[in-house]
Amino acid sequence: MLDDVKHIILILSGKGGVGKSTVSTQLALTLKERGFKVGLLDIDLCGPSIPYLLQLEGKDVHQADGGWVPVYTDDKQNFAVMSIGFLLNSRNSAVVWRGPKKTAMVKQFLTDVCWGDLDYLIIDTPPGTSDEHITVMENLKTVKCDGAILVTTPQQVSIEDVRKEITFCKKTGIHILGLIENMSGFVCPHCTECTNIFSKGGGESLAELAKIPFLGTLPIDPRVGQLLGKTCVKELPDSPSAKTFNGIVDRLVVT
Amino acid sequence: MQQKVEINGQSRRQMQKAINEKKKKSRDVTGQEDDADDDDDVSERNCPGIKSKDAGKASACSGCPSQQICASGPKGPDPGIELVQNRLEQVKNKILILSGKGGVGKSTVTALLSRALAADDSERNVAVLDIDICGPSQPRVLGVLGEQVHHSGSGWSPVYVDDNLSVMSIGFLLSTPDDAVIWRGPKKNGMIRQFLSEVDWGKLDYLLIDTPPGTSDEHLSATTYLSEADLTGAIIVTTPQEVALLDVRKEIDYCRKVGIKVLGVIENMYLFVCPCCQKLSEIFPATTGGARRMCEDLDVTYLGGLPLDPKIARYCDEGKNFITEMPNSSITDSCKNIIKELAKYRKETH
Repeated sequence: MLDDVKHIILILSGKGGVGKSTVSTQLALTLKERGFKVGLLDIDLCGPSIPYLLQLEGKDVHQADGGWVPVYTDDKQNFAVMSIGFLLNSRNSAVVWRGPKKTAMVKQFLTDVCWGDLDYLIIDTPPGTSDEHITVMENLKTVKCDGAILVTTPQQVSIEDVRKEITFCKKTGIHILGLIENMSGFVCPHCTECTNIFSKGGGESLAELAKIPFLGTLPIDPRVGQLLGKTCVKELPDSPSAKTFNGIVDRLVVT
Repeated sequence: MQQKVEINGQSRRQMQKAINEKKKKSRDVTGQEDDADDDDDVSERNCPGIKSKDAGKASACSGCPSQQICASGPKGPDPGIELVQNRLEQVKNKILILSGKGGVGKSTVTALLSRALAADDSERNVAVLDIDICGPSQPRVLGVLGEQVHHSGSGWSPVYVDDNLSVMSIGFLLSTPDDAVIWRGPKKNGMIRQFLSEVDWGKLDYLLIDTPPGTSDEHLSATTYLSEADLTGAIIVTTPQEVALLDVRKEIDYCRKVGIKVLGVIENMYLFVCPCCQKLSEIFPATTGGARRMCEDLDVTYLGGLPLDPKIARYCDEGKNFITEMPNSSITDSCKNIIKELAKYRKETH
């Protein structure tokens, strides 16, 4: 099913709540803005955020002859989304599954969804280095995967978990495209003083230490969290976040 | 012809196998029939469950994709449950710290509460168990990074942060900070069982169990093993924005499904006080009414809110004791209030 997908990019982080889903969504939207056909696959089974972030809650996935048809955000079918959130009948119900069941579901997402021709497939993952991640790695061995983008926040507690994720990537032989430092600094809307709530620079020094490319920093910007399906680079073109997203996409498109 | 794919709906031939397994799992944990919307499925209702002696052999099992697994597995309750029950007999209050969402501050809240409990009464013995196998944070947050766990005749000795505060985490068992624990579920299950049944805590008033995000192996394992050990309940941690609440609602649903009492919800990072102008701003805006509203909707207790303070992030990174070093901070006050709330559920010491 992934034969016609030109580039596959994983978004990883050992730590939860650092903005993997936000980064995945905005990267996908930025790529779409540049005219590419993009797919976004959410394999976070216990906490799918993508349907909410794209305001697609309540949409249905259909079964066609070729496999599962993803949810399209536009008529031109340039942006396809797949998440377990579309398969649950209530947004409050929990998916309480042990590993083997999650493995089967992730495998199904990777093999049974008919993405069609795609330029980019972005895969958003849950935190950790466990079942979902091992399954993705195993199933992507046979297809060409560009690599992984790691997301972190600047504080040590988060850096520590991301170091584990780097080891995971090295052990499983996945190429690391680079590291993004999210939530580095918050500009007070009252006095425009920038406060580094979760300290600053942790991501950059980690990238240096681990010898992986540093892709840029994203400040804490409540506006980005509230975009809900709108493209950051289009809605807030002058924001520092938009500059970072554009920069990352520039790098991705070249490689 | 297109057919709608859904996990809990009507047209679910595609998902049949999956559901069979899932139902079995949920029965395994709750020990009762899960009769939500499966009227159209007779075979499902006759499933004996994997604990039954008839597992894989009952007439309803013929044709079930999991028949072989059920028939060959060990019968009866997990022997670990009894071990955990015996080991934790001298632990009066056992509280899980849960959140569906990652990075909302479960570990920070666990550390703050444990330190506040320990500082409140020096006679009180408090311990923290970190069952986040893939991303253990307690060693750093409690300032005992790089310590070693020792074995003795009576089990593993936890690491002591203070005279009356001990901690156990997989972080102590890794040789370097880069070591990744790349384990699938069953191995994690084994580790959690060991943590719950083999750590020599001694007499404890409070055991706080810090968990990873989600509703998966670690949570199911902990719940199963603690099922006979008289778990006090769970504290849920969240942040105010909808994307976190979405996952937290799932966690509350999970608690209800497996029969864990929800003691209350703590809303972390709810306001930011600019250190420059002292004005308040919402970093993670509560567009849907925040945790308070969710608590009302789901009828659970709102235990309190903790503001976002850059100092707390720094204290956590450095493993310093925020409660005793910043006694006048509003976070310290909130923690003390939460402890008072928790005292309602508290069992008296030996």
